[in-house]
Amino acid sequence: MDKVLAVEQLDVTFALHKSEVKAVSGLDFSLSAGETLAVVGESGSGKSQAFLAIMGLLAKNGRATGRAMLDGVNLIGMPPAALDRYRGRDIAMIFQDPMTSLNPSLRVRTQLSEVLVRHQGFAKDKAERAAVEMLERVGIPEPAKRANAFPHELSGGMRQRVMIAMALLCRPKILIADEPTTALDVTVQAQMLELFKSLTNDFGTALVLITHDLGVVAGVADRMMVMYGGRAIEKRGTDELFYDPRHPYTLGLLHSTPHVETRAKRLDPIQGLPPSLEHLPPGCSFNPRCAFRFERCVKERPPLIGIEGSEGRAKACWYDGALSYGKVA
Amino acid sequence: MSDLLRIDGLSKSFSVSAGLFARPLRLRALEDISFTVKQGETLGIVGESGCGKSTLGRCILQLLSPDQGQVLWLGQDITRLPAEEMRRRRRDLQIIFQDPLASLNPRLTVGEIISDPLRTLMPELKAADRRAKGLRIMEAVGLLPEMINRYPHEVSGGQAQRIRIAQALITEPKPLVCDKPASAPAVSVQAQILNLLADLKDEFGLTLIFISHNLSVVRHVSDRILVLYLGRIVELADGDDLYQDPKHPYTRALLTAVPIADPKRARQRNIDALQGEIPSPINPPSGCTFRTRCRHAIEVCAQQRPPLETLKSGRLVACHRWRELELRAADSA
Repeated sequence: MDKVLAVEQLDVTFALHKSEVKAVSGLDFSLSAGETLAVVGESGSGKSQAFLAIMGLLAKNGRATGRAMLDGVNLIGMPPAALDRYRGRDIAMIFQDPMTSLNPSLRVRTQLSEVLVRHQGFAKDKAERAAVEMLERVGIPEPAKRANAFPHELSGGMRQRVMIAMALLCRPKILIADEPTTALDVTVQAQMLELFKSLTNDFGTALVLITHDLGVVAGVADRMMVMYGGRAIEKRGTDELFYDPRHPYTLGLLHSTPHVETRAKRLDPIQGLPPSLEHLPPGCSFNPRCAFRFERCVKERPPLIGIEGSEGRAKACWYDGALSYGKVA
Repeated sequence: MSDLLRIDGLSKSFSVSAGLFARPLRLRALEDISFTVKQGETLGIVGESGCGKSTLGRCILQLLSPDQGQVLWLGQDITRLPAEEMRRRRRDLQIIFQDPLASLNPRLTVGEIISDPLRTLMPELKAADRRAKGLRIMEAVGLLPEMINRYPHEVSGGQAQRIRIAQALITEPKPLVCDKPASAPAVSVQAQILNLLADLKDEFGLTLIFISHNLSVVRHVSDRILVLYLGRIVELADGDDLYQDPKHPYTRALLTAVPIADPKRARQRNIDALQGEIPSPINPPSGCTFRTRCRHAIEVCAQQRPPLETLKSGRLVACHRWRELELRAADSA
């Protein structure tokens, strides 16, 4: 399949008062047309910062190095004016809270059509028609009427749909969604995930779902990338990752999630807390919380290496034995 | 098991401003809620935003006074208690909230925070007793003794929640209401807190009322589960029964919408996708409030509010059509 985005050796560093902290280190991944990649990690894993860097949206004290190749051009280090040729048109990003992306003082119709006028040079009335069509496509009832509403007049689920509609107006090749369903009720979340599935099918958009919840993306993602302490620690196909996790952290995440079908007496959570990026432990960042660690894990950082030699399946862990907590699975 | 709490006909509404000169609107947060909480059980209260679950928790503890109805604590109605008597009762009625850091006084040390309730609620205790009790409870919730002199800004989110749990438990309350206590962004920390609550329940014989929007979490901790929709009870049942055989269409839809952490089954699953979103509680639909999103709604659902029926098993369900729907499910199986 066509690669629409290739990220290589992406580093993100933030300058603090007297020191520097590295939020993302040596991230490599690629995205093919139409596929859905889930990026999973707890807070501070670097999952959001990596994509903000690609979009050129880092905070002022942040700096990114490396490559994020889109159509043969590197987005990293590109000046904002040049980035605007790609942002919104080829690559779009949506966030957990739609109110941060929607202008509260503009009607939905105005802010949506503006995107098309600006990026595609549409005439105003044509842009407005296209905006209403897109509102209908993302499942907003009475789209012509809702287009006249201000964002605060819509419910949370509706706002999320408006934001998705806005992001898809220019039919971007890549849509990045940062925790898009975290703030939504479970029935609305299910509607949203269905919507994402049908939109990626219809438009051939590559979708990146950034989430802390493995369960949410299980039914939607083709591939998964698990991040910890600013690095990718396991990259696998979704089924492989769930049924045969190879990194102890992934295993721990899977065991930390309560299931609605069965009532286990206890969960098997990972002990301790996610590390502070300012004080990452030596060796493997996960080693202080790892049930499988041995001497080497404390001394040397494990590189991300292929599993069984094939491309796209990888883990960063020295331990090679079977992964289980001593129980028959 | 005997009943610790009996909630009887509880209603609560709020007045909502509709503008400077307009007459304020009534938001009916809870309507005619009746159920019991048994000694030593964990009762989960689940529902989507605006269903009234947090209001219910606060009404039970008299942090909000209900407009109507009674809350019987071991047979005594605590909604009409004089202020002074209610203060004494407080040691038995405790709550922990979602954002633990917001409920910790930044000027007090961890030790002072944890033993603070003892000073007002159990004034007969001496300082040394308070400290000893504090250390014992810190150990129970997995806090190291050296944390006793730290301040809230020096602790992590998971530790903050443990401090809050210790503070709530120090007066040995019955019940302890947990209002979305494990909504931490770190999945591993959430699991640790859930395990801790399970351990403490065994150790102290706690009665827990566990409020959450996360059905997987509620299912994990609860013996019985109460499902709310727009301020009304739609169903109350044992966790297993509710999951295996939901009687109310809303419960069924809610269960199928919960994400499954199993890719093959998640892809195959037929989501009983509800249309639309929850209507406003200011202007709820007539009759059954769920009818606007229910596939099975018929005329009667718009005309009459379905009564809350008590089944033989003690299960509660409020739906005009639950009997026929169950028959139909059996036919198609």
